[in-house]
Amino acid sequence: MVGWAIAVHGGAGVDPNLPHHRQEEAKQVLARCLNMGISALRSSLPAVDVVELVVRELESDPVFNSGRGSALTEKGTAEMEASIMDGVGRRCGAVSGVTTVKNPISLARLVMDKSPHSYLAFAGAEEFARLHGAEVVDNDYFITEDNKGMLKLAKEANTIMFDYRIPTVLSDTCGASVENPLQMNGLPISVYAPETVGCVVVDAQGRCAAATSTGGLMNKMCGRIGDSPLIGAGTYACGLCGVSCTGEGEAIIRGTLARDVAAVMEYKGLGLQAAVDFVVKERLDEGKAGMIAVSRNGEVACGFNTNGMFRGFATEDGFVEVGIW
Amino acid sequence: MGWAIALHGGAGVPLTLPPEGRLPREACLRHCLQLGVDALKSKKSPLDVVELVVRELENNPHFNAGKGSVLTSSGTVEMEACIMDGNMKCGAVSGLTTVVNAISLARLVMERTPHIYLAFDGAEAFAREHGVETLDASHFITPENIQRLKQAKEANRVQIDYTQPMQKKEEDTAAADGDSQTGTVGCVAVDSDGNLAAATSTGGLVNKMVGRIGDTPLIGAGTYANGLCAVSATGKGEAIIRGTVARDVAALMEFKGLSLEEAAACVVKERVPKGNVGLVAVSATGEVTMPFNTTGMFRACATEDGYSEIAIWPLTKD
Repeated sequence: MVGWAIAVHGGAGVDPNLPHHRQEEAKQVLARCLNMGISALRSSLPAVDVVELVVRELESDPVFNSGRGSALTEKGTAEMEASIMDGVGRRCGAVSGVTTVKNPISLARLVMDKSPHSYLAFAGAEEFARLHGAEVVDNDYFITEDNKGMLKLAKEANTIMFDYRIPTVLSDTCGASVENPLQMNGLPISVYAPETVGCVVVDAQGRCAAATSTGGLMNKMCGRIGDSPLIGAGTYACGLCGVSCTGEGEAIIRGTLARDVAAVMEYKGLGLQAAVDFVVKERLDEGKAGMIAVSRNGEVACGFNTNGMFRGFATEDGFVEVGIW
Repeated sequence: MGWAIALHGGAGVPLTLPPEGRLPREACLRHCLQLGVDALKSKKSPLDVVELVVRELENNPHFNAGKGSVLTSSGTVEMEACIMDGNMKCGAVSGLTTVVNAISLARLVMERTPHIYLAFDGAEAFAREHGVETLDASHFITPENIQRLKQAKEANRVQIDYTQPMQKKEEDTAAADGDSQTGTVGCVAVDSDGNLAAATSTGGLVNKMVGRIGDTPLIGAGTYANGLCAVSATGKGEAIIRGTVARDVAALMEFKGLSLEEAAACVVKERVPKGNVGLVAVSATGEVTMPFNTTGMFRACATEDGYSEIAIWPLTKD
């Protein structure tokens, strides 16, 4: 028996001028979801169930870029993806191109548990959802006014963007990019705010699990798949650990980040935090990303090479922390 | 050091494969190997080499990629492919129904978009925008695959692919649904400067659910290349994803200091259940290896020092 541990994240790369009330709002959502996970762990729910329920909650809240509040495609629609992995048996499930399923992470779970496959996408995923009675809504449900505004600006700038929230006075924060040379994906950091979500858990039995969910890049091409649904890139769990990543999707895919954390633990014998540090330092080159991880020994760790990452942690011995910077 | 190339036409081959199943595939492997060797000799980049070899394999109706792809449960073709070079640039596509050469579309994604992976309608639209060759979906469907689907439905199970009607044999029962099939094509290459590339293409599993994505387009699962090696895997997609097969070969070399051959053998023996996987891999120093834990794997390789091999079954009994 080990102490349980849980970590959640809500996006790597944060506008340092993000208004204080927006920071607080995001932290409150993270804290609420963290507490749900803690309660579940205290009632002995297995790790894979805990990560699912926590990510469901993050998807249902419009603050982050997943489920409701997802970033929008170039067509102004929400196209969501998610993946879940159970360290026990390394079972996994993933979905992409989800447009009406209220909780993509639960659909990913259904793929893992109720299909002979690991990954279903687009029309096939939607059909599977209906076959299994997953809750479906109109695509409008996922679209927020904030994101409609973001998309408009992204199109005007004619570039792919990370998800970002319009601050109340855009010109102020965009002007700040002159003083603030930080960039991600070629864009000033002033546009970064709450983003992809994820959760990793190790339960009292030492079982690890990981889950990640996102709407993807603002103004992305329809059909673009990022790292979040890709096992080994955005999500990974095995007997040793559980990992969930966020940041520049393409960099995370190339770096097979989530798998690499486990691989350096397995093949180099590194501990959890050392493995996370190694991957962030060595596997990203110019890419910007962050990750959270737990180990079967009840440890929790995070690492990011961005200026901040929305995150929260808790361990059974009472340690709790929610932070951005 | 020198150039090296290896290619495969699928792991999992029924022991009773008749000559009419074996000969055209062997001939295609021989032809594709020669194409690849000639290209390397004329100093084409490994990225160009793996693309042209896989295009050729896609065009051959005997392999499960491009024309000759196996069918989904709805009787349609949904193709996917992935290409990666040793500098970590990569491109992938899924859910293609009319694109003649999925591997070339994957390369376009890599070179013409800020993304890595495009799928389904978005990928098809991208193909049209770029004037990529497309044909009516019926072009890809062969009578053999219609028959395979029928048999799979009768047996009511999903298969990697198979060239025979199902027969329960001792060797076959080793891995549920994993053996006795052909499927997926791939190629890996390295030039004498150590530049590496990998490419994989497939129609997926017979009777797969519409929308099912396998290991082929997933970086680190079915396809991977970095400064050390290039890997293309084939077999039961779900097992290859879980085992992050292609990435693990490179990771074992990098983190545990194993040689290419040791790393590949370790992954095939220990990371994936028997009857589920095969792979081809080359290293930056011109080595090549083609291990598999299925009854057979359609494969071919050649190295600059004159070694070449075209085979289906294991070379030694083990």
